[in-house]
Amino acid sequence: MSAPGRFPLRVGFFVTCLVDMFRPSVGFAAIKLLEDAGCVVEVPSGQTCCGQPAYNSGDKANAKAIAKRTIATFEVYDRIVAPSGSCGGMIKTHYPELLADEPEWSMRARRLADKTHELVSFLVDVLGVERVAAAYAGKVTYHDSCSGLRELGVKAQPRKLLGTVEGLELVELKGVETCCGFGGTFCVKYGDISTEIVGKKTADIASTGAGTLLAGDLGCLLNMAGKLSREGSKLRVRHVAEVLAGLATGPAIGEPGEPER
Amino acid sequence: MRLTSPSFPANAQKALGDDNLKSAMKKLAEGFPVARLAAIAELPEFEALRDRGREIKDHVLANLDLYLERFEKTCVERGGQVHWARTAEDARNVVLDICRRVGAKTVTKGKTMIGEEIGLNKFLEAHGVLPIETDLGEYIVQLADEPPSHIIAPAIHKTKEQVADLFLEHHRRYGKTAKLSDGADMVHEAREILRPKFLAADVGVTGANFLIAETGSTVIVTNEGNGDLTQMLPRVHIVMASLEKVVPTLEDASTILRLLARSATGQEMSVYTTFSTGPRRAGDLDGPEEFHVVLLDGGRSAVLGTEFGEMLRCIRCGACMNHCPVYNAIGGHAYGWVYPGPIGSVLTPALQGIAATRHLPNASTFCGKCESVCPMRIPLPRLLRQWREKAFEANLPPLGERFGLGLWAFFARTPWLYRLATRLAVAVLGALGRKSGRFSWLPLASGWTDARDLPAPEGRSFHALWKERRG
Repeated sequence: MSAPGRFPLRVGFFVTCLVDMFRPSVGFAAIKLLEDAGCVVEVPSGQTCCGQPAYNSGDKANAKAIAKRTIATFEVYDRIVAPSGSCGGMIKTHYPELLADEPEWSMRARRLADKTHELVSFLVDVLGVERVAAAYAGKVTYHDSCSGLRELGVKAQPRKLLGTVEGLELVELKGVETCCGFGGTFCVKYGDISTEIVGKKTADIASTGAGTLLAGDLGCLLNMAGKLSREGSKLRVRHVAEVLAGLATGPAIGEPGEPER
Repeated sequence: MRLTSPSFPANAQKALGDDNLKSAMKKLAEGFPVARLAAIAELPEFEALRDRGREIKDHVLANLDLYLERFEKTCVERGGQVHWARTAEDARNVVLDICRRVGAKTVTKGKTMIGEEIGLNKFLEAHGVLPIETDLGEYIVQLADEPPSHIIAPAIHKTKEQVADLFLEHHRRYGKTAKLSDGADMVHEAREILRPKFLAADVGVTGANFLIAETGSTVIVTNEGNGDLTQMLPRVHIVMASLEKVVPTLEDASTILRLLARSATGQEMSVYTTFSTGPRRAGDLDGPEEFHVVLLDGGRSAVLGTEFGEMLRCIRCGACMNHCPVYNAIGGHAYGWVYPGPIGSVLTPALQGIAATRHLPNASTFCGKCESVCPMRIPLPRLLRQWREKAFEANLPPLGERFGLGLWAFFARTPWLYRLATRLAVAVLGALGRKSGRFSWLPLASGWTDARDLPAPEGRSFHALWKERRG
């Protein structure tokens, strides 16, 4: 770990393509959390996507090119933080694998991997955040997104912080570690299998009796929100950062209306 | 066995519309994974055992020639015969030759996936030898004229009701004309019908969970005891095994046995663990007069030492499929060959070629659950991804998919263009979608929107907003 010798930490924020396009609110919520915890946050404009669609489609050449660009863009920061376990996991666990056969890049990839984090685990494990100053009334349930859970060990951290949100009651979800069926390009390539899987997930979500579903990855959230709304559910779906930052006030995912800005 | 993996999407669609399959698969999800968790919770050294299991198998695979020759030597010393079969055809012929030499009319079979892999039943039937499956699940799928849909629970895709109908249809000729509803009654009826067949069989064929180099023994685990009757009663016992089943010592086998049943069914041990070492010796009360081991390569030696080599650590427990969301959604038949689920999706391309099987490694969400439960710590998602790379290198994905990916990648490599494109896309989608908050249909997105809505973007890209506020 390349521990920085000075504070505050200069964090390069990796927006992720889904947050950039679908839900900027998540990005602003994440940045508020980081700044409240004392970080100086920058959003380098050279970033695009982590390259996972190419990597997972077997297109190694493009995945490598995108990875190199991301490394060059972010390696100047003390820490790199993404509001996603999937994109965070791509940089942290897969860039070093992807570039293992190119000595110079392999080293740079490993160095970047060492200082890259998923948002909530960064707040808790690295910054030592114990509580948040937020309120959210009602029962919520939280889904463990696969990459965050299994590649980065994101499990206790969001629960710890959600436990400090005033008025929030967390109800655990049956099959909480079971995939929601999103799987990146899988969800459109094998749409019927994907919707069968997410159908089981939404049934489990509904049976919790919670009014709000939270998770740490927008891909999974769009998938589950899309299925819930097709089923006519009134459950509200949000990224966990929105609730932790106290910014869960605008329309939830898939709800009509203009976002608060 | 016939390969239907090329039509995986259609197979899957058919499976998704099958309500019987759905209710059968629901039982799977509520059964094995729950039992596995309970079993490993009681074994503090489980994780350390997984490491040890991996070490044993890695060591064997790095020295496979040595251990196989050692196995052959000790097996022969104890009166057994070892047959090396490079291909499925070679293996089938070895079995048929033995059956013909001893004049076999019927062959009882314990569960053998290698038997499935080489299509042994159909082959024997075509040559006038009647194979009789004796594992209850295998017996059921044999009656139904279907392949198994799971490597340890062959008939997991069938409901009890369907099994009752099958029994009624096929057991009529034994005078059984009542339709049964109780599971125990069905087991009893099958047992009653199979008993005389055990006694009449000339040859018994079983699989092998392990081959032990030190002693020349083969090992099978079963829960029904059918394996023992299959191998003890006929005059000839033939063991079907693939190369990678060998382990150096009894101690190694017992280490892996501690992982096997816990990972598979959540049992501490299977009910029967049977070691077979050579034929009946002078003074033995039972056992076969001849003991044969057929060692199938079937394409495995070509995997050895490659970036796919780790798949050969597999001990066929089935944990990866029990826990796989895709397997649980579509069952085993949709995969289109002998081995379904995550391990099947890495093994089938290796043994049948990636051109015909490219869907299998692609039909995964990469959730990683399989790797997390694999007792041998096989990095299944990585192996699946490597197959995707092979498929991509060979230009196997459809042109539209490749073009879309190439276009997207070009944008992702060119930030200013990417920024412009996302800004426009988001503005259009936002303008169209903010009012209802979601799309129930979008052109080119039917894979998504057929059964779920697409939440609408908020209308501005993050980068555009950030530039305004802080830029």
